[in-house]
Amino acid sequence: MRAPSFLQVERRATPSPRVVLGVSLLAILVALIAAGIFFQAYGVSPIRAYGDIIKGAFGSRLGLTETVRRAIPLLLCGVGLTIAFRALFWNIGAEGQLLIGATAATGVALFSGLPGPLLLPVMFLAGFAAGAFWGAIPAALKAKLGINDVITTLMMNYIAIYIVEWLIHGPWKGPTMRGFAYTDRFPAAAILPTIGITRIHWPTLVIGVVLAALAFVLVQRTRWGFEIRVVGENPHAARFSGISHFKITVLAMVVSGGLAGLAGVGEVAGIHHMLLGPTHVSMGYGYTAIIVAWLARRNPLAVIVTSLLFAIIMRGGDVIKVSLGLPFQLVNVFNGLILFFLIGSEILMRYRIRLAPRRT
Amino acid sequence: MIQLRGIVKRFPGVIANNGIDLEIQRGEIHCLLGENGAGKTTLMRILYGLYQPDEGQILLNGVPTRIPSPKAALAHRIGMVHQLFRLVPTLSVEENIILGLDEGRGPFLNFRLTRKKIGKIAAEYGLQIDPQAKIWQLSVGQQQRVEIMKALYREADILIMDEPTSVLTPQEVDQLFATLRTLVDDGLTIIFITHKLDEVMQVSDKVTVLRQGKVVATVPTAETDKPSLAKLMVGREVVFRLEKPPCTRGERLLEVRDLHVLNDRGLPALRGVSFDLYEGEILGVAGVSGNGQQELSEVLTGLRQAARGKAVLESSDLAECSAREIADLGVAHVPTERVRMGTVPNMSIRENLILKTYRHRPFCRWSFLDQRAAHQNACRAMEEYTIMAPNDRTAAKLLSGGNIQRMVLARELCGKPRLVVAAHPTYGLDVGATEQIRQVLLGQRDAGAGILLISEDLDELLTLSDRILVLFGGLVMGIVDAEQADRETLGLMMAGAAREKVQA
Repeated sequence: MRAPSFLQVERRATPSPRVVLGVSLLAILVALIAAGIFFQAYGVSPIRAYGDIIKGAFGSRLGLTETVRRAIPLLLCGVGLTIAFRALFWNIGAEGQLLIGATAATGVALFSGLPGPLLLPVMFLAGFAAGAFWGAIPAALKAKLGINDVITTLMMNYIAIYIVEWLIHGPWKGPTMRGFAYTDRFPAAAILPTIGITRIHWPTLVIGVVLAALAFVLVQRTRWGFEIRVVGENPHAARFSGISHFKITVLAMVVSGGLAGLAGVGEVAGIHHMLLGPTHVSMGYGYTAIIVAWLARRNPLAVIVTSLLFAIIMRGGDVIKVSLGLPFQLVNVFNGLILFFLIGSEILMRYRIRLAPRRT
Repeated sequence: MIQLRGIVKRFPGVIANNGIDLEIQRGEIHCLLGENGAGKTTLMRILYGLYQPDEGQILLNGVPTRIPSPKAALAHRIGMVHQLFRLVPTLSVEENIILGLDEGRGPFLNFRLTRKKIGKIAAEYGLQIDPQAKIWQLSVGQQQRVEIMKALYREADILIMDEPTSVLTPQEVDQLFATLRTLVDDGLTIIFITHKLDEVMQVSDKVTVLRQGKVVATVPTAETDKPSLAKLMVGREVVFRLEKPPCTRGERLLEVRDLHVLNDRGLPALRGVSFDLYEGEILGVAGVSGNGQQELSEVLTGLRQAARGKAVLESSDLAECSAREIADLGVAHVPTERVRMGTVPNMSIRENLILKTYRHRPFCRWSFLDQRAAHQNACRAMEEYTIMAPNDRTAAKLLSGGNIQRMVLARELCGKPRLVVAAHPTYGLDVGATEQIRQVLLGQRDAGAGILLISEDLDELLTLSDRILVLFGGLVMGIVDAEQADRETLGLMMAGAAREKVQA
């Protein structure tokens, strides 16, 4: 397709941070407008809808804390995904890695018999290890056999989902739960402290923020980060300079999967205090985190901001349902629109479009 | 007749064309000569409607004309063959040719008419192609013929060729030049973009030299010669004959014995290659591409496994080492595909320059990269190798070909390598950059490194090498002293005649 003649399209050298930020905000704005059409179609004025969403997210203490607690898993998964995406590994499997991390933590909480003070640290370690393992399998398959990472990571999600389903309906079904498909409640020593009566399990939040900073240092300042970037940017040059594609891919996915696993630990130990149905453990955090990481332009520090933004949107789902009486699924539509416009906007970063100078 | 008047084209940070006047007569082959980045391609993209000029105008047969798109250019019968072909590999020749045209009736294609027209053009200009062959099955030379055919099918009578020979073998170049002659004899006009002086002399009627976005001169080819064109192009005298001190050969550095290597398709690429390389000498490797040179350079740098045999550097067998181990032994590698293999386009010059040394002090302490050390290293390298860029944070993808090769050399040659494997080090570079890179390689030789120089450019091999090894079909046809070698003998050996027979 050619641009109309009054427009000029030119390649940009390297987009400046200002351009990147501006284009990202523009994408979100356009997505808001597009989603507004849906609100309008339901007979709700988009302006009122967005007003209610903002009020719902920030207007009350409950709203604010509910937003923050949703940001925690998005932050952990999102930071991990930036690392995988840097290595050009398309990890669509944070959801499964989160669930398997939650499962491992549950196993430790209910069946390890460890003394109280050790319980939570070991749960986090086990969650990290399980998520890392879940991520390392597709990484090894891709690096050794060239098997498509999108498909394997996606399929591993279903394996994790059904493992959880099987456990809560089968061997781990809680005898005290009167036939419901839950495990037993965690012992008190396996439950994360929260801020006051909110559901913000602050230890996980602290871990998330610290890891975001560490991930930034890892990528930008260490030799492993350098290797991850070289592998992601040009695998041929990586081979040329003797960097092991296998080691780096697995390393990136151990970190990526491990962080998603930690998110899973936070959800069961901080919110639910038991393992329950997969869609309750994670409300699609692993998938939303893909957009979170992408909007952050694969910068782990920026994930702190973008995870919060998407937490607002997820919280907005509650508002939509409760105060506007619209289906919760509109949130997914909205997420999809943001990703759509975000990817579409990439072209604006590579090209500059301006009005053509007038010709005589 | 085409006239370009006062064409100005600015890109962010550069003026690609700065007031260019150019006049091209019907029925001539007009060369646009200039170094990389002189503005040749930009100018032709303006003529072909891909860019709009910021100032100036285009006159076709005296009429001021605006060319807003390639479609409009084609309507004015201007066609362009790009340096990188724009063909769909899985489609057939005829499908590619009619791509984007309204052929046939309604939604249906009419290949009978297409084939007839292709046949007519093929016969007229001697362009032999099978219209039903798939593009991926064709050689590069044949693909180029499809591109030319595409333009002719659209009834172009002005043909812009952007560096058409850069991807061709010498035989294919000859064939292309013959085709161009036929086209011109038939009344077509050809604009030929190049930076190779030999081609200008060989093919053109007239030549316009561009430098830094401006026209330096337009002269009839018959009234000029290579040295004066080179001077116009570079802006200073160019030494064609390098000052080369005699080689002081040292100890034996590399001992290659009975090396067998398979290519990507699992077929033998090297079939028992043996030679020695000494310190302080340049051993040239000659051969038509695809006779095992690529595999030889890869096996010596750890990028490919040997099937059998050994290549001993001191006490280490390179055939059994990884790329990283070999680099740590002091082996430098200037790869054939310098952008694809040798650089990370989106990373900075600074980071590209430590691509091989980032694990070691001073660049890495306790696994942390030392940005200051990397920065100092980059500043030193950019000065020593005259890598032209605003600063060391500039992304490598923004560099010109010559600058990229200088960056690769700066990286590979730092820390005094003992063995340098250089594959086509000056391929596609302009005269100035070529001269500099040859000087650098000679400097390494004189500092005592052993250099394996793989090249398809016989002049380069004869200029630089001390000895020349000829590969044919994965076998060594012989090793000759460069002083005594002549093009004819080498040519025969490259075609498969063993040395003894040549001399007999």
